[in-house]
Amino acid sequence: MRKQFFILFIIAGIVSSQTVRINVPYEQFTLKNGLNVILHVDKTTPTVSVNEWFHVGSGYEKKGRTGFAHLFEHIMFEGSKNVPEGKFDEWLEAAGGSNNGSTNVDRTNYFEDIPSNALELSLFLDSDRMGYLLDDMTQGKLDGQRDVVKNERRQSYENRPYGYAFLMIFESLYPQSHPYSWPTIGSMADLSAASLDDVKEFFRTYYAPNNASLSIAGDIDAPKTKAMVEKWFNEVPMGKPVPQQDRTVAVLHEEKRMTIEDRVQLPRLYMAWHSPASLTPGDAELDLLASVLAGGKNSRLYKKLVYDMQIAQDVSAFQSSAKLGSQFIIISTARAGHTLAEIEQVIQEELNLIKSQVPAVRELERARNQYEASFIERLESVNGKADMLNNYYYLTGNPDYFNEDLARYYAVDPQDISTIATRYLKDDARAVLSFVPKGKVELAAKNSQVVSTEGK
Amino acid sequence: MRTMNNEQLTIDNGQLKRKLNINIIHYPLSIINLIFTGFFILLFLVNSVPVNAQVPDRTKPPALGPTPSLKVNALQKFTLSNGLQVVVYEKKEVPIIQLNLVVKAGSVNESSDKLGLAGMTANMMDEGAAGKTSLELSDEIDYLGADVGANGGLHNSSVTLRSTVSKFDAALKLFSDILLHPDFPASELERLKKQYVTSLFQGFDQPRVIAAAATSSLVYGKEHQYGRTSAGNEKTITSFTVEDLKNFHSMYYRPNNSFLVVVGDVDAKEIVAKLETALGGWQKGDSKPAVIAKPKQVDGRTIYLIDKPEAAQSVIRVCRVGVDRMSQDYFPILVMNTILGGSFTSRLNSNLREKNGYAYGANSGFSMRPLPGPFMAASDVQTDKTDKALQEFMNELNGISKPISDEELIKAKNYIALGYPDNFSSVGSIAYQIGEMIDYGLPENYFNEYIGKVMAVKKDDVRRVAKKYIDTDDLAIIIVGDKAKVEKGLKETKIGKIVNLVPTDVLGPMPKL
Repeated sequence: MRKQFFILFIIAGIVSSQTVRINVPYEQFTLKNGLNVILHVDKTTPTVSVNEWFHVGSGYEKKGRTGFAHLFEHIMFEGSKNVPEGKFDEWLEAAGGSNNGSTNVDRTNYFEDIPSNALELSLFLDSDRMGYLLDDMTQGKLDGQRDVVKNERRQSYENRPYGYAFLMIFESLYPQSHPYSWPTIGSMADLSAASLDDVKEFFRTYYAPNNASLSIAGDIDAPKTKAMVEKWFNEVPMGKPVPQQDRTVAVLHEEKRMTIEDRVQLPRLYMAWHSPASLTPGDAELDLLASVLAGGKNSRLYKKLVYDMQIAQDVSAFQSSAKLGSQFIIISTARAGHTLAEIEQVIQEELNLIKSQVPAVRELERARNQYEASFIERLESVNGKADMLNNYYYLTGNPDYFNEDLARYYAVDPQDISTIATRYLKDDARAVLSFVPKGKVELAAKNSQVVSTEGK
Repeated sequence: MRTMNNEQLTIDNGQLKRKLNINIIHYPLSIINLIFTGFFILLFLVNSVPVNAQVPDRTKPPALGPTPSLKVNALQKFTLSNGLQVVVYEKKEVPIIQLNLVVKAGSVNESSDKLGLAGMTANMMDEGAAGKTSLELSDEIDYLGADVGANGGLHNSSVTLRSTVSKFDAALKLFSDILLHPDFPASELERLKKQYVTSLFQGFDQPRVIAAAATSSLVYGKEHQYGRTSAGNEKTITSFTVEDLKNFHSMYYRPNNSFLVVVGDVDAKEIVAKLETALGGWQKGDSKPAVIAKPKQVDGRTIYLIDKPEAAQSVIRVCRVGVDRMSQDYFPILVMNTILGGSFTSRLNSNLREKNGYAYGANSGFSMRPLPGPFMAASDVQTDKTDKALQEFMNELNGISKPISDEELIKAKNYIALGYPDNFSSVGSIAYQIGEMIDYGLPENYFNEYIGKVMAVKKDDVRRVAKKYIDTDDLAIIIVGDKAKVEKGLKETKIGKIVNLVPTDVLGPMPKL
């Protein structure tokens, strides 16, 4: 392990732009079974974050078998051969720890935030489910968590205003064969149909040490932690090589326009484009473009729609980065008495403008400074750092990619913003969705076909 | 996500949006070592295998190592020349500084024809200050990558600043302009009024917003400060004038009615000198404290069924008047609620989620305030299990008054006590806890004694506070769901008389836009 101080800020540059240099020292090693391990010491508080990534998300699923990666995010806490059902949580809580997990299209992460004296307990629990989950897998556990997941789906989609929006966006942007076309949480039909054998097969394929990475950050002693990791994980057998993911690049050759009637008071417009994958050229530019368009009162769309014209209640824009390709999305809710056609017209004018005229230097720097501040903020917690180390390792092979990541943002100049907008935010390759109150399709954007969310 | 965060105890002091469960301590956690050794021998047996052994023993969970000590820095207290109390906590690991200025006034100080004024006053403070326009202020703050803003809560309002060390001086100037010299431009007020009324309108879409409004008004009555909606209503919001805002600001935003918490990469003496320069011109004033009637307990058991046709889930909130923050029963309540619904393995979550699969999660919590805030047990359950889920709520709420096991008690106490150092990981959470300590006048040694007080809670204490505060004879049960599908089943449970309502009964008339 290198020097043990966790962020060093070096002010470089003399003109207006200061650049931040980030130093997160780490140690990395690989077990015989292929498990990648990353250790980072930060003794600020006597706590440790144990962060485990399995390199499987809903983007590895098959059509008709959707929602498995997320379903596992639940099942993995339900006990394994040497951890009776319910004890994973009970033992951790009795040690003062908490845990959670999250799933997206590319990966699933599992983490425990614990007092530093509970590290070995955490490694025992994590290694047991990695090595011996199926020994104690039952129909009862599957059925129980399937019900919970269905209620998570009801809570997050069905019982939420505009809840189907992202489901519909992904379905519009990607062909049915593409693994990003279905929602991470899966369809109700697929969740119901999942058999115990399907689920076991999915585990055998993807939840092996050679498809995982363990990042431990916080109040640890590196040599002792390494020995502990070896003790608990060495015996977990290596799995077969993971099948290659279908990496076809999705391309949209048309503009899809549709209207969805929902139980809402106000109409809301969603515009979505394909954009460059996470950490590839164009990704950082689009992050900054999103901020130029909708970050703060002076951003172009906010100022126009919400502040000056006051025809919208809100507007947001973001680059949603993912491994096989990202999405750039703009969302705006119309005020009562205004239509999504009016909103779309203003957004279109602003998009045309940013494509044809280079933004001011201050506009870009404002966006960059906000981004930099939020980046530094994520490094405040060991949980955040452990997750970022795993993220960089997964995407680049190098856990310490912090400065390379930030450097992308420092390298953007105003012309890049216009160039990137022109290249990716095309009028003839996007999805434009109008969510309108039931029976009020006249509030939708122009030339928009009414579609149903029935059975989604 | 596997689970939503459970909130255990909510302290409503309006200084930060972030909510935390537990508090800080000033000394090594040696006391836990003593108390816990016994327990871990019991539960885990001591694992004698040395750490670097190569063969893992999976027959039992590994023993915990010695409890780590937590080093907490001293609180440094200062008073500026204008009487503003400043508390500084130096935390130098990350070059970030957080300032929380807490003003002891919020929506409880509003008159009933000006509901929402505290929130509007706070939100208008960065809409023009010291001659700078709304857009100019926003541009400068964003350019610094800083967060400067104001927020109005129930008892308190706050003005906060968060910035990196290198941008702090410039950000402090903006913070001071916003706090001391807000201009309250009329055009910005008109704009925000429309935005607020539109938000009220959107509330009708959201079952949880409807349930929250119902919880306040049906537990406390619409006349009580805890029963009114602090967001205001269409009539009060459209009535606000620039004068109203100026009056509220000049009445309550005074150094002798406020305190300031500073946490981060600072030197205490240096920062205080900077604050004296930036805030020294702020003048004292006379602020009238709010008069709040002692809340009355709900009478009997009533199910308020608020119809939301086609809802895929029923939002269930089982409520009553809870307890104030200064209660002598604070620690027993903390432990009791952890067992009932304050952690993932709590009884409510285990029952409704893990055992029955009716919901994504269930929890409970006491909202502790200067006067008793609500107790609430909550879950969003699938529509066709609404009656069964409510039965399970009743089973657990009744069950918590029966004797609990040693194992459950120890797990809950350890969860609170051992998980405690995590509250020191960020400047935001430290600032929140110090704010709570000052706000409620908690004793100097409060943090020192915290762990000991958690560990001293006994089974009898848990039972006593459960009986006292979770009396299931008096409950306001709020259910926002599809009446056509759930009413019959609810009736058959005979848990309480059913009062049928619609969203306008709790949110007020739909705004005319």
